Amino acid sequence: MEILYLLIPLSVLLVFLIGALFWWSLKSGQYDDLEGPGYRVLMDDDRPRADKQPRKTVEARNRP
Amino acid sequence: MDNQATYNYKVVRQFAVMTVVWGIVGMLVGVIIAAQLVWPELNLHETLGYGRLRPLHTNAVIFAFGGCALFATSYYVVQRTCHTPLFAPGLAAFTFWGWQAVIVLAAATLPLGITTSKEYAELEWPIDILITLVWVSYAVVFFGTIVKRKVPHIYVANWFYGGFILTVALLHLVNSCEIPVTLTKSYSCYAGVQDAMVQWWYGHNAVGFFLTAGFLGMMYYFVPKQAGRPVYSYRLSVVHFWALIFTYMWAGPHHLHYTALPDWTQSVGMLFSLILLAPSWGGMINGIMTLSGAWHKLRDDPILKFLITSLSFYGMSTFEGPMMSIKTVNALSHYTDWTVGHVHSGALGWVAFISIGSIYYLIPRLFGKEQMHSVKLMTAHFWIATIGVVLYIASMWIAGVMQGLMWRATNPDGTLTYAFVESVKATYPYWTIRMIGGLMFLTGMLIMAWNVWRTVAGQKPYDAPVLAPAGHHA
Repeated sequence: MEILYLLIPLSVLLVFLIGALFWWSLKSGQYDDLEGPGYRVLMDDDRPRADKQPRKTVEARNRP
Repeated sequence: MDNQATYNYKVVRQFAVMTVVWGIVGMLVGVIIAAQLVWPELNLHETLGYGRLRPLHTNAVIFAFGGCALFATSYYVVQRTCHTPLFAPGLAAFTFWGWQAVIVLAAATLPLGITTSKEYAELEWPIDILITLVWVSYAVVFFGTIVKRKVPHIYVANWFYGGFILTVALLHLVNSCEIPVTLTKSYSCYAGVQDAMVQWWYGHNAVGFFLTAGFLGMMYYFVPKQAGRPVYSYRLSVVHFWALIFTYMWAGPHHLHYTALPDWTQSVGMLFSLILLAPSWGGMINGIMTLSGAWHKLRDDPILKFLITSLSFYGMSTFEGPMMSIKTVNALSHYTDWTVGHVHSGALGWVAFISIGSIYYLIPRLFGKEQMHSVKLMTAHFWIATIGVVLYIASMWIAGVMQGLMWRATNPDGTLTYAFVESVKATYPYWTIRMIGGLMFLTGMLIMAWNVWRTVAGQKPYDAPVLAPAGHHA
């Protein structure tokens, strides 16, 4: 099972990397607000406005 | 200010449409090989035999269908939540064409028998290199977009997508280490049980990161958006992410119970698999409870039906998985059709359902429409697909347990009660039911394709303007 000499150090390295990322996310204030981000996603209106705009352009094009 | 700046929807559109196309292709191949098990005469030619088509099916549904869904949704989510268009749009276009090339090459080489024979990593070395190039570009585009975000916070869905992208890169590089002999043949760097260990370290993490973490990113964006409510607990979603990321890596050995793998390694794999139940169910409950107080929306919104049902299947298969990894249970279930049923409860019930729901959410928005062409057809798709999955997994449960019991049955004198072929014969009715279930699921996808076509036909592609982030009072 020599393969473990590759896989285990690789996993340990990865855990340290994940740990560093976690530490960064804590220190940089990613988790200062654990309520707002859930709501902010909803405040981004992604319904197309095309319904109004292109129709207008089509009308404009058809206008003599 | 440049008020005409728009999000890069083009690449999202391309991937979203191809998700439907590859879904149909991959599932059609699935139905064909299911039929070949019922009617072996359907193995018409060596290139179209079960052994060649089966890896084509797994590659098509996981990497073509699932992959395109992940690319489409991650590109959409990262732009919208970071309030900035994609970084390096040229590279993003390359990821689309490069990924399609990988898929086409897979479809050409696998039926010809060109394979490394490593499960879920069958593609030969030149294709592996192309995958690496596409994946690195994907990472550059995704993380580049995160870096130039206009909001300080990185939304939790992006953490899941990011984790998936990084881990899949590592898995692909380690597992695909191979020595080329000719253009179409290579040998693995590892041999024997070492190779098996790397293979399933890769194989199970492919399930964990490609088929779980990425799709959880989808869940954390599209469930709240479609429900119009914030995720049940944002705090829990963050805990879910870190718990999953820290504990997933070592579940792989449970694929090698009772093999040449050292016993303690098998036990470690089993232990980590059991631990995984906690974050998985935390996430599942978090997703479903997002609807608490708004359950009525489930009644007439087929997109929510898809998304919430996918979470129930996620919960079911993440309970079943750890249970099957227990060695005593595995002694019965290993090598039987129970495993096949388990995989499809996750793949059809969780991965396909959440993707279908998300694509139904995306398609109208990408083509400037309010809604899909027909809500009724979406509902029809939901019911036909749900019945299909239930038929599939129920028949495989029965078949699997039956096979396990038949294989282990012994007479008082110690000889085996049944020959192997008797268990094959006994399984025929269940393979037939499974094929019908798969056929129903495929029919659902064809309904989807028609609905998408009617929504998109004659419609101009739509690129939404970049919106300034709302509500900064932190």
